[in-house]
This record gives sequence, C-alpha cells and structure tokens, in this order.
Amino acid sequence: MSFAIELSSLPLKALLERARSANRQSVLASLASNRLRLEDFAHLISPAAADHLEALARRAHSITTQRFGRVVRLFAPIYLSNECVNNCAYCGFARSNAIRRVTLTLEEVLQEARALKAQGFRNLLLVASEHPKLAGVDYLESCVRMLHEEIPSLSLEVGALDTPDYQRLVAAGAEGLVIYQETYDRAVYAELHRAGPKRNFDWRLGSPERAYAAGFRRLGIGALLGLNDWQSEAICVAAHAAHLFRNCWRSYLTISVPRLRPSAGHFRPRFPVTDRELAQLVCAFRIFLPDVGIVLSTREAATLRDGLIPLGITLMSAGSHTEPGGYTGAGHEHVHAADEFPDLDDSDQTARTTQAKNTGTDATGQFDVADNRSPAEVADRIRQLGYEPVWKDWDFAFGEEPTVESAQVNRAPAFSP
Amino acid sequence: MPMSMNSSPWVVAGREFRSRLILGTGKFASPETMREALEASGAEMVTVALRRADLSGQRDPFANILEYIDPARYLVLPNTSGAMNAREAVRLARLAAAAGLPRWVKLEIHPDPRYLLPDPIETLAAAAELVKEGFTVLPYINADPVLAKRLEEVGTAAVMPLGSPIGSNRGLQTRDQLRIIIEQAGVPVVVDAGLGAPSHAAEAMEMGADAVLVNTAIAVANDPRRMAMAFKAAVEAGRVAFECGLPAVQDTASATSPLTAFLE
Repeated sequence: MSFAIELSSLPLKALLERARSANRQSVLASLASNRLRLEDFAHLISPAAADHLEALARRAHSITTQRFGRVVRLFAPIYLSNECVNNCAYCGFARSNAIRRVTLTLEEVLQEARALKAQGFRNLLLVASEHPKLAGVDYLESCVRMLHEEIPSLSLEVGALDTPDYQRLVAAGAEGLVIYQETYDRAVYAELHRAGPKRNFDWRLGSPERAYAAGFRRLGIGALLGLNDWQSEAICVAAHAAHLFRNCWRSYLTISVPRLRPSAGHFRPRFPVTDRELAQLVCAFRIFLPDVGIVLSTREAATLRDGLIPLGITLMSAGSHTEPGGYTGAGHEHVHAADEFPDLDDSDQTARTTQAKNTGTDATGQFDVADNRSPAEVADRIRQLGYEPVWKDWDFAFGEEPTVESAQVNRAPAFSP
Repeated sequence: MPMSMNSSPWVVAGREFRSRLILGTGKFASPETMREALEASGAEMVTVALRRADLSGQRDPFANILEYIDPARYLVLPNTSGAMNAREAVRLARLAAAAGLPRWVKLEIHPDPRYLLPDPIETLAAAAELVKEGFTVLPYINADPVLAKRLEEVGTAAVMPLGSPIGSNRGLQTRDQLRIIIEQAGVPVVVDAGLGAPSHAAEAMEMGADAVLVNTAIAVANDPRRMAMAFKAAVEAGRVAFECGLPAVQDTASATSPLTAFLE
C-alpha cells in the first residue's frame, strides 16, 4: 500500500486530539514505553510533554548516542538553478517573484563543487527548482555524472519525477533523494501551490517510494514548518517515516525540520514554531524513530543548532548559500530576471532584468540563512561539543556499476500487505 | 593495569593473536579518543568501515581515519559496512586491497539500516567470491548454525555471529544458537555485535567463543579508554575460565560436606 492511501485513512483528528490534550500521565507512559506507537508520538509533541522537555531531551540524547554514536555528518547544498515553473506562495523562487535567476552551466556547477570540496565536503546536496526545460532530467543527470568523479556522495533535492527518471539519476551516481511534502494537509497544499506541476499533491507524496524503487540508497522527507499547524504536520511526517521504514526497508531515511525563513515574496509563517517547540519535535522524532537521521540546516541560528546536536541531529549543513553560484560567483554573467512567463512580467521585473544584466550580480537566494559560520568553524564547534564531524561515509565508487539494469536490483520487493 | 592471565593465543588464517578482543572504530567522539581506546584494549585486530576511509591514495585529510591506526601494531580488518548486496561488498573489498590494505575483510552486508541485520544470502555469495579471490574472509552473520557451516565450507577464515543487533547493548540474546555454532565450528567463532557490558563479553568467552568484537559499548562510554580496559579484563577472565572448564550448572544446591561422609 502506498503512503497516499495510508495517509487518507490516518486517524489524524484523534491523534491531533491526543497531541493537544494529553495529560502528564500519558506523556510519562509514552516516554517510558519501549515500542512507541503513533499515539505515543502524539503524546510526546503535546503541551503536557513540553513541561517535561528535559526528560524528553535526556531520552532522546541517550538513544542518539547509542544508535549513532558521537558523530555528526556534514553536507553542503549546491543550488544549480533558481528558475522555476511553480508558483508556491512561501518560496523565494516562486515564478511570480521578480528575482535574479540563473541556471548554472556544468562548468559552473563543477566550480562550485570544487570550492566546497576544498572546504572539506565529500557529501553534496544538489538543489534545483523545477524547470523541465532549463533544468530538466538531462541537465540533472549530466551534473551528477560529472560531479561523482570528484565527489564521493551526491544527493538531489529536485521536483518530483517518475521512476525511470529517478533510475537515470541513480545510474548517473546519485545516492540520496530529498523531497519535502511541505504540508501534508491537502487543502493548505492546494491553496499554497498556486500553479505548476507541484500542485499535484499525490504525485509528490509518492516520490520517496518511486525513488526507492529506482534504487536511491537514502531518502529524505519533511514538512516546511510554519505553513500549517506543526503538530498536525509532525504526526503526518512521523506516519510517513514509519511507512517508509516498513516498506522501503533498505533505505537510510532522514527527516528534516525546516522552519520557514524570510525570502523573496515575503510570505509570513501562518503557524510560527518556537525554538522550544522545535527542540521538542526533534526529541519526539528521535524517541519515536530511534534510527531515523535528523537533518538541521543553516536555516537555524548557531546557538540553537549547537544545542540540538545532542538531542538527535545526525546530519548538518554548514556554510550554506541558497543562491546558484553563491560559493564562487559562478554564473554571474548570465544572471537575469525571469521573463519566460510574459503573463507574469511587469515593469518592475523588466527593470530588474536590465539592472541584473548590466551589473553582473548574484542570483537571488531561496531564503536567508541564519547560521553564517564557515564549515571549519562549525566542525570545530562540533568537536568542542564532544562529537566527531564526519565529512565522508560513502563513496559512489563502492556502489554497483552504474547501469539502469543494476539499479533495478536494489528495487524493493512488492510492498508488504 | 591487570596482569595478563596468559590465556592461549588463537589463530586466524595462520596468523596468531594473543588478544581475543577485536575493536570496532565507529561512533567515537574523536579519532584521538579512538586511538587511546585501542591502546588500552590490548587489541591486535581492529575493524574499519571502508566507507569512511579514503581509498584513492590521496590521503584525504577529511577522510583520514586510517591514519590513526598504526598498521605495524594492529591488523586492520577492513569492513564492508554500507554494502547492500554481494556485488557491492566484493567491490569494496577489492578497492581496499587495491589501496594497499590487508587482503582481510570483515564481510558485512546489512541492507536494513535499522537493525543492521546481515543478509545471509548475499553474505554467502560474497564470501564464496572473495575466498576465490584470495581474501581472508570473516563474515558477520546472524547466529545461524547452518549458515555458519555453509560459510566454513566455502572457505571463510572465521564466522562472526551476532549476540544481538549492532549497538543494541543487549548481550547474548542468541545464546542457544551461539552454543551450537561454537560446538560445531571448524573455524574460529567471534561473537560480534550487541555486547554492551564486559560481563556480556565474559559470558561469550566462557561459552567458548574464540574472540569477541566490541565497538559501541566502548565508543560511547563516558571514558572509552577505561571501558576498553574493562572489556580487556573481562575477555581474559572469560577465556581463562573456559580453559579451566566451568562446572556444570545445577538446579539444586550440592553440599560441600556430603551427607553420606559418615559412611566412608
């Protein structure tokens, strides 16, 4: 059974009721349980559990240490393109935003990757907004094929694709696929995703399963915190992860906890999540899913990031830029304002186009980062905290011969009943 | 430091080892901490995950775990952790050998990242291939006595059954199966995984295991160096007890002054 079907039969109302009104007794019982159910997870994200945050943190810390040891893996994103056919209300790259856009050439992507490699990164996340013409599968495949010669581990965060396209990317050397549902609430999703292929909720929801069938070794999921009630989203993410653990049993699964950051378009979080709530959520995910990787990006400030490591974070980005060419200035000379959509063109956008073309400037980032420390500074801090920063823990060269045929060998058996 | 109790050495593929404690090198807070624990443990064999090492020969400073392990002092036992199937494991072993590491391999194929339980089908296939290629193969397996014999038949140098899932600290949950494996084995048996306390290691040694492999319990201890010493002592104690022969366990008390002594 796909998760899309499971989601529609998830007793979300009842679970949310538990998350809102759990009492101290049920929180402590869930915390003490050895095999937590989704109901227990709901208790752990309740206001009553917030009163026991220290106890949650201790349990989460102990599980993290046992399962993952004293190590934190590091990665960096490379934004390949910020040209997009979607028009998502909360995203800086939405096509209606008058921003400076670019799709890096292969040479420029390599230049960015080498700069990151020189800083220590052996694990890169290639991020592209969705533009089938300017940054389609052919382009992504070429990027991966070129980069894996120099970078041991590559993951992708791109628009939802079909299984054969995912297979091409796996065969080219991609190891992981990250795709956030953004919100698991169909009504909110429909309202925020105003135009473009990303409007298709179910297609996006099925992406991790298609990616697994195509042979990706690592899968990343998450909800964008701030779009909808965080407890409701957390329950759905937890259910999604539990589903993937059962059905995609060969994959390493990660959950991200991204909070909305200021970006072009100036979308305001409708349901802000506080630092304490974020910490509680990280602990709850760790306790409910002891083996899930938890990712924390530079969306969060340094102090909070440092503090969350012992509570369950296993994978962190560092020194990130969210604009294509951000690490080396690659692509400056062909940055432009998007004018592929005349219907959205206005005088402001045209003016910016001219300005950008004249000055050779940075492309616009997806959002503002909050932790501006260099990768070396982050790594030093991780060591000070008593953890080893791990830059490399897989190498494409170890994998199977890159053919579509062998990628199919990794395919999951039929879904369990 | 406790004095060595002079237990007998054991032999793998013709090579003699005095220490019966093998250490894993994952999960440590720093490579320095790991090195101290290795020294304190008295281990002569340490296993390293190849996926964290640089095999390109370029001495990558960001993947330099091997530089903290003195190859003159320890036999580096490369492991194939991360491999999902036989082909990947074989490939990893070949790359390690090509990079100049010993032609020894701790064969680990655990496609399930949650419990890291080994895939018996892929492991047997990879073991057969690697033995053919001249590797000394030590396969990590579930405590399955038939699989242990099958692996021995294809020529592995040892078998490494688990006590309980990796990192679980649950001790010898597979006790009954381990007993059979040890009883039937024609190659050394190394109990690997799940040993969370020195007493677990001692129990495995008392049962007659030839050696144990410990990682998590030492790596995440508050003081890994001292915990390594504790495991060293436990392994030695357990082995000596096994060599002396432990008395049979009885259901009832047996008086040290027999009731029938008056008849003598």
